[in-house]
Amino acid sequence: MGIKMRGSMAVIQSLLAEHVDTIFGYPGGAIMPIYDDLLQHEDKIHHILVRHEQGAAHATQAYSQVSGKVGVCFGTSGPGATNLITGIANAQIDSVPMVVITAQVPSPLIGTDAFQETDVVGLTMPITKWNVQITDAEDIPEAIAKAFYIAVSGRPGVVVIDITKDALLNQLEFEYEKAPKIRSYFPYPAINMQSIDAAAELINKSKKPLVLLGHGVLIGKAENLFREFVEKAEIPVASTLLGLSAFPSSHKLFVGMLGMHGNYAPNIKTNEADVIIAIGMRFDDRVTGRIADYARQAKIIHIEIDKSEINKNIEVNVAVHADVKTALTALLPKIQANAHSSWLNEFKELEAIEIEKVIKKECTPESGKIRQGEVVHLLSEKTKGHAILVTDVGQNQMMGARYFKFENPNSLITSGGLGTMGFGLPAAMGVSVVVKDRPVIAFLGDGGIQMTIQELGTIMQENLAVKIVVVNNNFLGMVRQWQDMFMSKRYAATHMVTPDFIKIAEGYNIKGRKVEKREELSAAIDEMFATEGSFLLEVMVEKEGNVFPMITPGASVSEIVLE
Amino acid sequence: MEKQQYTIIIFTENHIGLLNRVSIVFTRRHLNIDSITASESEVKGVYRYTIVLVTTQKQIEKVVSQLEKLVEVLRASYYLEEEVIHQEIALYKVDSAGLANSNEVEKLVRYNNARILAIEKDYIVIEKTGYKAETQELFEKLEPFGVLQFVRSGRVALTKQRKELTSYLKEIEKASEKSDKIREWKLNKTDDTAMWL
Ligand SMILES: Cc1ncc(C[n+]2csc(CCOP(=O)(O)OP(=O)(O)O)c2C)c(N)n1
Repeated sequence: MGIKMRGSMAVIQSLLAEHVDTIFGYPGGAIMPIYDDLLQHEDKIHHILVRHEQGAAHATQAYSQVSGKVGVCFGTSGPGATNLITGIANAQIDSVPMVVITAQVPSPLIGTDAFQETDVVGLTMPITKWNVQITDAEDIPEAIAKAFYIAVSGRPGVVVIDITKDALLNQLEFEYEKAPKIRSYFPYPAINMQSIDAAAELINKSKKPLVLLGHGVLIGKAENLFREFVEKAEIPVASTLLGLSAFPSSHKLFVGMLGMHGNYAPNIKTNEADVIIAIGMRFDDRVTGRIADYARQAKIIHIEIDKSEINKNIEVNVAVHADVKTALTALLPKIQANAHSSWLNEFKELEAIEIEKVIKKECTPESGKIRQGEVVHLLSEKTKGHAILVTDVGQNQMMGARYFKFENPNSLITSGGLGTMGFGLPAAMGVSVVVKDRPVIAFLGDGGIQMTIQELGTIMQENLAVKIVVVNNNFLGMVRQWQDMFMSKRYAATHMVTPDFIKIAEGYNIKGRKVEKREELSAAIDEMFATEGSFLLEVMVEKEGNVFPMITPGASVSEIVLE
Repeated sequence: MEKQQYTIIIFTENHIGLLNRVSIVFTRRHLNIDSITASESEVKGVYRYTIVLVTTQKQIEKVVSQLEKLVEVLRASYYLEEEVIHQEIALYKVDSAGLANSNEVEKLVRYNNARILAIEKDYIVIEKTGYKAETQELFEKLEPFGVLQFVRSGRVALTKQRKELTSYLKEIEKASEKSDKIREWKLNKTDDTAMWL
């Protein structure tokens, strides 16, 4: 027999049973009972009041990524729920676990277009791993237990639970069982040893192997095994955007990032490798370029937990349908120690070309305006790659991913699949709630910061330490770059007049500094890191700087251009 | 790639909104469903969807793995025409006026293995079960007499293979046990890899 309580208290008790200690959210009419009951548990659960529900969702996602726990956010019915949508879609496409709890109008009013009624389950169905509406208080504990289990297991994702106000107010007998059995859900596939043997054989015979490292390595917590594997077989490692930081950037086997603005060598070598081992990645179009000319010469091994990703974009030769950690555990003993030094040298040769033609000019220029890459390079040097970098979307994102050196897992938080501008600031805020011993850098464009700038208020209220770096080019830079390259410089709607960011920060009690000259940049960055708490550094950068190399849309990986 | 007709059979748990989730898998890919039927299966609590569509082998494989990914789906599989036994049911409401002094309709009913469901003053209702082509043929033959209403159900289909739902459920149970063991290992509750390797 459980303890008698009302639905809203059962929500809180369920969250406590899941060891939740932080929630991002925003109250409103329908969800008020939950907030009222939360008040009694303030010592155990810290609620962070955001300034916009989108901010709550992004912060929650980032919180999940760095804490290793399942982040939780709250929104009220109607607009509260719809404001969460972008953040839900973002976390889902990047396979980040998150439990979203929304309140709903009382069940007798559902379907009547009642005040602040939206069909939350209908709206979020295509962008969640699972969702459910609860109209009966009795069903709350089980739904929440299922939500946590489903969100974090297998390929993680977002679960939305929509609870009607009457369910929150009605009484139930509270009993809680974690990870309840769901007959139709078995998230970890059994290892097929035949596929492991086939993969091992290809790898052992390979002369020019290439590993494509994906987010799955981080999600599967398989960084150490991964490292053992590539070191044993001596295979060069190329990473997707979301795989970055799973493997040290300084490692001799690390050859850079894949894809549209990735590095020169790994993209070119994709079309020369004899065996490609794709681990926990999904051959996104930004990685593959023109599919018809992608790695036609290679035998491809795909280690992937989500069966529907296998043979989706690229037909593979050996499919290992498994969680990365189990797959590598099974594979490692069958891998022979090997050496591929001349193959590795080929990467070095191409890297030297990229350094000469692109990286030097971007990261250590001696004249002209400050460049975005230069800012990233300094941030990376000064933190020795031990900071957590959170980027927004656009050129700033690509520059951050390209030039920051990562030494620890989960050190890059960025919006991959959805490419959501406005992600950076709230995500950095979410990270800073957890990470106190390393600097948290929000690297943002002047466009992106303005999409969610209101979260400075949350940062102020919570006394969080976020080092906010705005690279201001007075343009929506990435779009302008496309206009520059593909539309004869017709700059439609990409010029942006920006406000005085330092004054805005000041209004939120956040110190700031604006830098226009190269000579001041290093000292300003030092000042930022030396300042306790948050800081906003605005750097005026080259207005028409472009990100290179680039695989132009429709081109093949081997047609990557340097300028 | 060549398109052909496929029958998809999905076994699911009963969950509100699942039909919606299932149909999203198709609409996202602009796939037109020819028919969809759902009912409880021979196992209590397990529901069976029968979906018919025309598409390519590649698409159908992707669609089926997307369907299997849905949390409440127990199993989804696809079959070619020759792998299933299927039927549709059609009802025809025919105007009595057109029947006056003629036994033509009665003949049609008999020769086509149809049957008369109801006879009213103004109309009669005929029922026929068969393949789509057969129910269509009867419709065309009845048309001259005045068909007031015509309705045809979606396909219901059984598979010819000797593997039944109960054996799928056993497989699923085994897969669940393995999955639980891997999960425990991943949660560091054990470092014994032998239990799942
Ligand atoms: C919400 C949203 N709207 C529009 C876009 C399209 N978009 C991609 S990059 C970009 C420009 C970003 O400009 P800014 O934030 O100034 O960064 P920069 O590229 O200059 O570094 C835009 C508009 C997007 N990714 N997200």
